[in-house]
Amino acid sequence: MTLSSESPALKLVVVGHVDHGKSTLIGRLLHDTDSLPDGKAEAVIKMSERRGMPVEWAFVLDALQAERDQGITIDTTQIFFNTDKRNYVIIDAPGHKEFLKNMVSGAALSDAALLVIDAKDGMQEQSRRHGYILHLLGVRQVAVVINKMDLVEYREERYQELTGEIRKYLSGLGLEAAAIVPISAREGQGMVARPDRMPWYEGPHLVEVLDGFNPPVLPTDRPLRLPVQDVYKFDERRIIAGRIESGRIHTGDRILISPSNKTVTVKSIESWNVKDPALGASAGQSVGITLSEQLFIERGQVISHESNPPIETNVFRARIFWLGKKPLEVGKRYKLKLATNEQTVEVQSIETVIDVENLTSSAGDKLERNGIGEVTLRARAMLALDEFAENPKTGRFVLVDEYDTVGGGIIFMEGYPDQRARGDVRSTNITAVEHRVTPDLRARANGHEGGILWLTGLSGAGKSTLAIEAEQQLFAKGYQVYVLDGDNIRFGLSSDLGFAPEDRAENIRRVGEVAKLFASAGVLVLTAFISPYRADRDRARSIAPDLFHEVYVAADVATCEGRDPKGLYKKARAGEIKDFTGVSAPYEEPVTPELTVDTSDKTVNESVAELLAYVEENFSLTRNGGGR
Amino acid sequence: MDHLDALEAQSVYILREAFNKFDRMGMLWSLGKDSNVMVWLARKAFLGHVPFPLMFCDTGKKFPEMYAFQKKYAAEWGVNLIVKDCPPIEEIDPTLPPATRSAARKTEALKRLIAERDIQAVIAGIRRDEEATRAKERVFSPRGENAEWDFRDQPPEFWDQFKTDFAPGTHIRIHPILHWTELDIWRYIQRENIPIVDLYFSNNGKRYRSLGDQDITFPIQSEASTIEEIIAELEATTIAERSGRAMDHEAEDAFERLRTAGYM
Repeated sequence: MTLSSESPALKLVVVGHVDHGKSTLIGRLLHDTDSLPDGKAEAVIKMSERRGMPVEWAFVLDALQAERDQGITIDTTQIFFNTDKRNYVIIDAPGHKEFLKNMVSGAALSDAALLVIDAKDGMQEQSRRHGYILHLLGVRQVAVVINKMDLVEYREERYQELTGEIRKYLSGLGLEAAAIVPISAREGQGMVARPDRMPWYEGPHLVEVLDGFNPPVLPTDRPLRLPVQDVYKFDERRIIAGRIESGRIHTGDRILISPSNKTVTVKSIESWNVKDPALGASAGQSVGITLSEQLFIERGQVISHESNPPIETNVFRARIFWLGKKPLEVGKRYKLKLATNEQTVEVQSIETVIDVENLTSSAGDKLERNGIGEVTLRARAMLALDEFAENPKTGRFVLVDEYDTVGGGIIFMEGYPDQRARGDVRSTNITAVEHRVTPDLRARANGHEGGILWLTGLSGAGKSTLAIEAEQQLFAKGYQVYVLDGDNIRFGLSSDLGFAPEDRAENIRRVGEVAKLFASAGVLVLTAFISPYRADRDRARSIAPDLFHEVYVAADVATCEGRDPKGLYKKARAGEIKDFTGVSAPYEEPVTPELTVDTSDKTVNESVAELLAYVEENFSLTRNGGGR
Repeated sequence: MDHLDALEAQSVYILREAFNKFDRMGMLWSLGKDSNVMVWLARKAFLGHVPFPLMFCDTGKKFPEMYAFQKKYAAEWGVNLIVKDCPPIEEIDPTLPPATRSAARKTEALKRLIAERDIQAVIAGIRRDEEATRAKERVFSPRGENAEWDFRDQPPEFWDQFKTDFAPGTHIRIHPILHWTELDIWRYIQRENIPIVDLYFSNNGKRYRSLGDQDITFPIQSEASTIEEIIAELEATTIAERSGRAMDHEAEDAFERLRTAGYM
């Protein structure tokens, strides 16, 4: 029996621990659904006889000599078969730990998964690992078969016992099995009919479960994402080529290119050997478009509409699985491939290493082969991406070490802001006014230059104490000096902002702008903000690069937590404050600050003295024994 | 978007990835139905152009209809065609079974062509549903210095992130229609009106389902003389597509040996 191929086949991956009977199950399924080519069943029977064993349905798949000899599947195999309802492509993924990369390769292609568990052995390491990786790969339709029920005399108690264990594990991953079917592939029980040896089982048989899965739905209703694959100039047309990963595009659409942040209009959608030119295209289509203007566009950029653009960031968090022979380590660099973009990323930190046995996580500084963990990655350039939960196609990536793909991951931004430039000038018709009072004149009147001392550090590191103390002493010396801190900014200028990553980033941008105004007016500004993100401080620096001095007020979390002047750490640990830096949100240390004041082993006076010496050295007109 | 649109879009994506990554690349044009579909897909991907040469390893034993077809469409499609003559059978590993040995001439010609032109990547029109070892292939499949395929240690390939970084000396096979089935090919030929060699249609109760050299390819019993009839025939058959290709059947592992050594 064969069905028409007009509808796409459902792609089904079969996973599970080695020797739990995946290949046997598939061979038997093909036989029982009449999907084997003529003569194949006889060949399998003959092949089994020649090897002096009972009929081994796994031989249906094992076309390669090496596999037959070892009795394990090395690589994924694709098998086409059908039921009365529809066509399937079965992907047989190897269960041996060594071949996890092949299992991943197969499972990533699938629309649904079948997890095979041996009735006698129960859940084993690879059963759990495969379950976890299905979850990471975004496969949400999962069914479980408990195979080899003949080996446990078809006992219901054993089925119930395993079912409880399996459901518990999967729910820990946020997965729910469509069904848990007791079968014996070898004996043909529960495959295409109710198992007559297990009259106690009242659920669906395997084929019923498979037929209940849903075909994939293209994300045409999500925001447009069209990663640029290439730019062609074969003839007079300049064509931007790429595949629409989500959403729709139409001629005449105003589109945004990220991360360059340019906008342009779609002039045409080009194609070959079609009757009428297309006016629109949607998710899944590989298209070529032309634009109204000749913008510089290159592979790796992402086209979206102006509303609902991707996130722009150079740092993100990810849950990853590691396939590399060498472990993933903090500080190591890899090539990131995200949609069509390729960039170098550095592992900034490894937050957790996940133990698939019991789903617990622990800290670690490396991730070994076949391991799973959560990491923070930092790129040199700005990236356009999405959270995996929002848009899987642009929210996942692979890492390459030298020549090899060594891992894959899915993105989440928890604790990190979208860095899409808020500083863009939206007002038009602004004309710069030329000041007649120059910075030099101001400096001479004040006896010192204006500037920004940007104090950054954890809560409790001593930023405010240091700033207030320094302000007082500098003022006494005749300095025009002023402190910007949470109190005078948060209650006024930034009273509309909260503490979510985006709000904190915006707050820091505003402080940067205000500090620049003060400094331009000749004042020495001390800012006292945690300012945890490197990107935000870099942006503040870029607002006034000649005036900006980064001062790292250093003290480790333990020291700060010991001080806890405002009782904030206590509240954060109790979960009363969300996104608290150092506890539930990251703090990124400065890489090359102009000055580091380590307050952990100094008195306040000693720290202030260090800061004052720096000011005298860099801002006073009488420094180095004379003015200018 | 229907099924054929989805298959086409994926193939176009693969071809565009390949073109972006390799400067010296060629596409194998065996003149069979699959490779004609593949050339057609390249023209879809590159908006009417085929921006790399089509390569043909000539055994000298193809059917006359195939040579005529090649002459006609190479000119009509305006493609850059490179023909490479295969070495004589005497230069091929004598331990191979006869038909397998004959087929291996093509592999040898291809190796020489790759060396002469310093080709980095070869695009080949194999499909996973054709044959069991092909089912295990990657879309971007690395080969060793002697074109050999190590199916035991293939790179991971997922989320359409293909292997595009290589140690010097590595050679790559690219398989843009790996995910198509035989029926998909025929339905696409029908929809797009793609020219094919007449030998696929029934003549005196026989037709070829798969085309190779005259002496090692055999026709099947069939009355199908139109594409519609071929599709109807395939929807009902349980006979393997390559059953008429002698080298697949000489030994349990004949085709595997051919592919490990670099056959398509």
